[in-house]
Parts: sequence; structure tokens; C-alpha cells
Amino acid sequence: MEFILQPWPWYVAGPAIALVLFLMFYYGRAFGVSTNLETFCTIGGAGKFSDYFKTDWKARKWSLIFVLGIIIGGIISSQFLMSSNAIALNPETVKELAALGFANAGSDYLPAEIFSVANLGSLKGILILLVAGLCIGFGTRYAGGCTSGHAITGLSNLQLPSLVAVIGFFAGGLLMVWFLFPLLF
Amino acid sequence: MKHLKFLIIGIIFGIILSKSEVVSWYRIYEMFKFQSFHMYGVIGSAVAIGIVLVQLFKRGIIKDFQGNKINVKPKKKGFIRTFVGGSIFGLGWALAGACPGPIFVLIGHGTVSILVVLLAAILGAFIFGLLHKKLPS
Repeated sequence: MEFILQPWPWYVAGPAIALVLFLMFYYGRAFGVSTNLETFCTIGGAGKFSDYFKTDWKARKWSLIFVLGIIIGGIISSQFLMSSNAIALNPETVKELAALGFANAGSDYLPAEIFSVANLGSLKGILILLVAGLCIGFGTRYAGGCTSGHAITGLSNLQLPSLVAVIGFFAGGLLMVWFLFPLLF
Repeated sequence: MKHLKFLIIGIIFGIILSKSEVVSWYRIYEMFKFQSFHMYGVIGSAVAIGIVLVQLFKRGIIKDFQGNKINVKPKKKGFIRTFVGGSIFGLGWALAGACPGPIFVLIGHGTVSILVVLLAAILGAFIFGLLHKKLPS
């Protein structure tokens, strides 16, 4: 039990994610999360605005249930499986983030500077969350997948489009962290 | 319930993402700053095993639960689509420190602010649907 309560190292998490990929395909489905964003649009009536959303969402019920499971997994983990919320960061990272204005980096899973509820009341705070979400939704659908669909499944299947997508993920991520963070924070 | 197995697989996936700290904004920052091996280890080892699994699927050595051959659908081609779309996603991934899977895990953690990210992501997918015919692929 003690092992479960500790943070899981990469050599446990990576193979475990491969097991999830195996189980999805074993049960006849693909492994991916971001298509559900479109399914939510369809359920919300987006088919009235674009034929793109005129799909049978009921055929994707299994994936919505998979996502519901992910939420439940988050509840179980945060309620019962965590002895501490601290993240053991590289001291260099902590120092760098302090200089950017992030106090106590790694004391919790998420920085209060971005995710505190109080931040929702400030224009900058809410804009950061909105812009991030818009990029995630638009970008994953344009690219045709996210980390699970492209980086894990696509690369496992040696797909060139997925390699290009993952290079794109890094191009965007590096641009954000190295050049835009110093302007934003 | 017909789809109970997917609920269970989702729960397992959620616990893995949470316990391995993949859902931590800091782990994503650190990855893009090349200051830790953690995320590279997680994704790299998952892909290394995934490559073997997909080969076993293709050769018919591993079949699905009904004994049928497992087909892994090829991804849609198009350099602009994948590179530009991927880059836009990368900007959001680094800013929110979460990709779609972890967004749902963080809802389970009780993070209120992540709901704004999720709603905006659904809106982003909606905007893509409106524009998709006009976008280069």
C-alpha cells in the first residue's frame, strides 16, 4: 500500500499507460480523449451550425463513459491514494519559477497563480484559462488527436502524421514556455 | 451496463495520470524546459511498449476479446493540419499544463478553474467545426 501512496515513477506509469492502450484495442476501440470534445458539441446541438457535428453521438457512448471513468479515477486518487500533494521538482525549476512570480513551486499539483479560484475574478486570470482551453480544443481537433491519440497511439503505430503532430506539440509548448511565459508572468 | 469495461479502464487511466503527476502543471513546465526526465520516461516507455503491441496486433498474435484481428486506424495525413494544429495545441498544453486526459482527472481532483479550460476547449472544438472546410490541410 505504501508504494501506491507514493508518486509513481515513470517506469510504472509508462507501461501502465501502454496497458490502457492494450485494453482499449482489446475491447475493439481506439485510445484517445480529445474526440470527446466534439461529441460534447454534438450533444449540445452544434449540428445546427455545422454538418461537421452531425454525427451519431450515441455511437460514441463508450468513449464518454471512458471519460467519466477518468474523472472517477481522479476522485479516487485525490481522496484515497495520495499521502502528499507535493511534487518533487528540480531545484532549478523551483528557482526559475520563483523568478517568474510562482511562489512555492511544487508545494501542490497546481500553481495557485493560475488555478486559484480567486484568479477567476481577474481578467488576466480568466483569460489565461480561456485561451489555454481554446488552443487545446481547436488545436487537438485540427491536428486530429492529442497526447493519447497522436503521441501514444499514433507513434506506437509508426504514423508519420503523428510524428509531425508531436513535433508541433513541442513547437507550441517550447514557444509558450521559453518565450511567452516571460511576457505573461 | 454494456460499457462498464470502459468505465473501469477510464478509472485506471485517471489514477495513473494522477499518481504519476502527469496532471501536474509543474511536470509539463519542467518537460518543456528539459529539466526532468519524468514526462519523457512516461511517454517514451508507453510508446516503446505500444510499438511492440501494435506489431503483435498487426501480425494477428494478439486478437481482440472476440478473437478478431485488431486494426489500428491510420491517422489522417496533412502536414499543415498536423503541424499547425499540433502547435496550437502545444501552446495550450504548456499554458494550462494539461492535455485533454488530465483536464478530466483534475475535475475529479475538485479543481474548479479547470472547468473554464474544459468549456473553452469545447468551444475551441466548436470553432474548429465551423471553420474546418476553410482551413488548409
